[in-house]
Amino acid sequence: MDAANYLYLSALLFTIGAVGVVVRRNAIVVFMCVELMLNAANLAFVTFSRINGDLNGQVVAFFTMVVAACEVVVGLAIIVTIYRSRRSASVDDASLLKR
Amino acid sequence: MVDLAISVGQTQTPEAVLFWVLAPLTVAAALAMLLVKKAVHSAILMASVMINLAIFYIAQDALFLGIVQIVVYTGAVMMLFLFILMLVGVDSSDSLTETIPGLRPIAITAAVGFGGLLVSLIGRATLGRNAIGLEAANSLGNVQGIAQLLFSRYVWPFEVVSALLITAALGAMVLAHHQSIQVRPTQRQLSTQRFRGESLANAAGLPAPGVFARHNAVDVPALLPDGTPAANSINATLQARGDMLTSGTFELGRVDTSKGEEK
Amino acid sequence: MTTSNSLVYLIALPLLGATILLLAGRRADKWGHILGTLMSASSFAVGLYQLSLMLGRSTEERPVGQKLFEWISVGSFKVDAGLLLDQLSICFVLLITGVGTLIHIYSISYMSHDKDRRRFFAYLNLFIAAMLLLVLGDSYLNLYVGWEGVGLASYLLIGFWNQKPAYATASKKAFVMNRVGDMGLSLAIMIAFATVGTVSFAGIKEQADQTSTAALTAMGIMLLVAAAGKSAQFPLQAWLGDAMAGPTPVSALIHAATMVTAGVYLITRSNFIFDAAPTAQLLVVIVGAITLLFGALIGTAKDDIKKALAASTMSQIGYMILCAGLGPVGYAFAIMHLLTHGFFKAGMFLGAGSVMHGMNDEVNMRKYGALRKFMPITFITFGLGYLAILGVPPFAGFYSKDMIIETAFNAGGIKGIILGLVTLLGAGITAFYMTRVMILTFTGKARWDEEAHPHESPLLMWIPMAILAIGSVSSGYLLSRGDALVNWLAPLFEHEEHHEELLAPIVVSAMALVMVAIGVAIAFYKYSRQEVAAVAPESVSVLTKIARQDLMQDRFNEAVIMRPGQQLTKVLVKTDKAVIDGAVRGVGRLAMNSGSALRGVQSGFVRSYAALIFVGATLLIGAIWVVVQ
Repeated sequence: MDAANYLYLSALLFTIGAVGVVVRRNAIVVFMCVELMLNAANLAFVTFSRINGDLNGQVVAFFTMVVAACEVVVGLAIIVTIYRSRRSASVDDASLLKR
Repeated sequence: MVDLAISVGQTQTPEAVLFWVLAPLTVAAALAMLLVKKAVHSAILMASVMINLAIFYIAQDALFLGIVQIVVYTGAVMMLFLFILMLVGVDSSDSLTETIPGLRPIAITAAVGFGGLLVSLIGRATLGRNAIGLEAANSLGNVQGIAQLLFSRYVWPFEVVSALLITAALGAMVLAHHQSIQVRPTQRQLSTQRFRGESLANAAGLPAPGVFARHNAVDVPALLPDGTPAANSINATLQARGDMLTSGTFELGRVDTSKGEEK
Repeated sequence: MTTSNSLVYLIALPLLGATILLLAGRRADKWGHILGTLMSASSFAVGLYQLSLMLGRSTEERPVGQKLFEWISVGSFKVDAGLLLDQLSICFVLLITGVGTLIHIYSISYMSHDKDRRRFFAYLNLFIAAMLLLVLGDSYLNLYVGWEGVGLASYLLIGFWNQKPAYATASKKAFVMNRVGDMGLSLAIMIAFATVGTVSFAGIKEQADQTSTAALTAMGIMLLVAAAGKSAQFPLQAWLGDAMAGPTPVSALIHAATMVTAGVYLITRSNFIFDAAPTAQLLVVIVGAITLLFGALIGTAKDDIKKALAASTMSQIGYMILCAGLGPVGYAFAIMHLLTHGFFKAGMFLGAGSVMHGMNDEVNMRKYGALRKFMPITFITFGLGYLAILGVPPFAGFYSKDMIIETAFNAGGIKGIILGLVTLLGAGITAFYMTRVMILTFTGKARWDEEAHPHESPLLMWIPMAILAIGSVSSGYLLSRGDALVNWLAPLFEHEEHHEELLAPIVVSAMALVMVAIGVAIAFYKYSRQEVAAVAPESVSVLTKIARQDLMQDRFNEAVIMRPGQQLTKVLVKTDKAVIDGAVRGVGRLAMNSGSALRGVQSGFVRSYAALIFVGATLLIGAIWVVVQ
């Protein structure tokens, strides 16, 4: 089977994730979409690793996972903090830069 | 498209079957994640996408990553998501109507352009290239191969990332830390206040939530002897969030249709 | 050159007086006039002392200099603030401080009813200081400082009663027209700097023969413009008549005796330039000749006594300029006429002031008449000045003016004949209008307003008049006896072989006297035999009407300079608004509009930013796609 298929899948998932970041309002869902994009990238890395026949791509995907985990921890903490003060998890409510 | 059709026609290997079964499922789950109203459903769909991805990793000779994907993502990260969802309101559903004018058309146009260009580029980049495969690289075993790379060539990034992880944990703690702006009353002070206060109404403690034995959920207020709900019997957070249910739903009389909804 | 340390006191004393009087304010009201007069008198004393020193030295050693401080030092260009007192400047120093002091004394009484007398004396002292700097400066740049200083003092003094808008306007007019001349002087200095590389008199004189004639001609013309502005010569003459708005002592000092003669000084001082630039010299002569007749014609039509005298001043300075334009033979006579004119014209102005003083500040001569009996001293002093300006022997004007007419005739060729006739004609017209002034003012029937009570002026006023009258009588004889002034000034000028005389001096004198007699006779016939109307008659010849309007000088300026200037200004303002402001504001508006357009993008919503990033990423991928293609 052609490994490029995984890459097409990865591109598709990444695009879906990007649309989700733009379209959804709930901060948690937005966050999940970001995770989806990261995962799509990981899939591409793993596939590249296979195509090129070395493990560097997998190592990078591993690092991506770690960084994504960090991001989730901090990001969710921020969401909780915002929720605690504003009683809302909508990203549109946090538009204080404008006003 | 011709290439795609040919490759579909050539899918005889087990991996191809796997891919063509799971890939549509993954895409469908990802799309559904965007379209469902409830965040919890999104989270479940996200978890399924991640499990599918883990299977793809394993199918591509990335055993270690597949396991880590399941353990870290599906196990830890998605649980964290669900936990926060619980905290924020598991039942609340979002409205999917767009409030920023023109954003959705822009997003969809950009998505079509982005996806199309990316697919076209990948097609051009990979055309006529055959995958080398990881048989040689994984000759000592996948985990050993990654470990060798990680602790030799990537040892410095590894250390840096570990520092990042610790920093993130600390950051989360700092963010979650609630700065108390008043002295927290001690047990003794609370007790004194309860009995020496203005009234003895709450001297025996606040009423517990739930109505008789029919329902004792935390989000249903208790009924007072006169039949009115006791607002102070449930958590203020649930009230503020609007997740409180009325006790009327669970009354016996509610079942009896002859009785109107008086309460 | 001999140096002296005391030259600076000439300037410093009156300057100190001005400073004290201006800074002390009302506290100096009681003694300010005395201080001012003392400062001027002491400056005169220093001048006399310098003269005595100068007389004691041999001819070559007479000029003395004093370096005050290093003023400008830029690269190879160096200008020191230095003073130069030579045979020419000493004449001016004595005239300025001498006549100046007399007029200070006169003003004590004349201005006694003015509550701003202290300020008046401060300005007078300032003027004396600036005028002395003008004549003592050893370079054009130093001269320029004094030149501007006297312009300022003149402006302040013409507009001394600036509560009257007309007077304030007159002062502004004088200032602006002077500025035109000043521009000429500054251009001359720049040309000198650019071509010769120095601006000092001595430096330019040394290098005059190595400098191109074109540069010298340009400098000469620019200096002539400067002289025309300051000395009210054609075509910058229009301000002098209006300058009579100032108090009469000012008219006597600044606008008759000293400041307006600065142009003559400038041309005489620049003899080394004009001698090497015949074209510029010819222009000087032409300007002098035109102004001579111009002023005389205006003088015949003026009923305002001060304006008649002002026109006469303009005409007499025309004589001097003409004579100065005739080269080395003429400089000394120009200066001689300048000095005698300083005496008799200042005397007559003071006389006019005395008449006004006795007639409630009335200036219209048609409302005078028969004042001879009421103001005998004024009549006598004024009359002596009158005889002097007419050139009746042996009064001062006879010597100086005859010399000018004679020099004009001897200028050679057709030019000499024309100039001679012009000067002769001028002398005749002068006789006519001065006789008219005398008759209208002092003889005939009284045509006063009812509230007028003519009386003789007090002692402090008539003593200066008397002294000046003595000068009017004797100065001509004293200066020309044995060619005293000519020999005194001779070392400063290039010697020139004496021309063949066209007419014998005695013939010239006779012709001049005949012209004067004709002028006097016409005036007698017109004004003494007939009744003089108290109101100026309307039905007069066109020439008279034009002359009453100063020969259309203001209309001319308005039509030729002011209107086009205003139009130009309007166009420039429009251009400025449309093009320059438009460009500047356009840039601002562009920034503002694009800002407010882009502000819409800054919605504050994270998602719209995310959408923008997404679009940007799409474009980036598109770019890669195109590049890889």
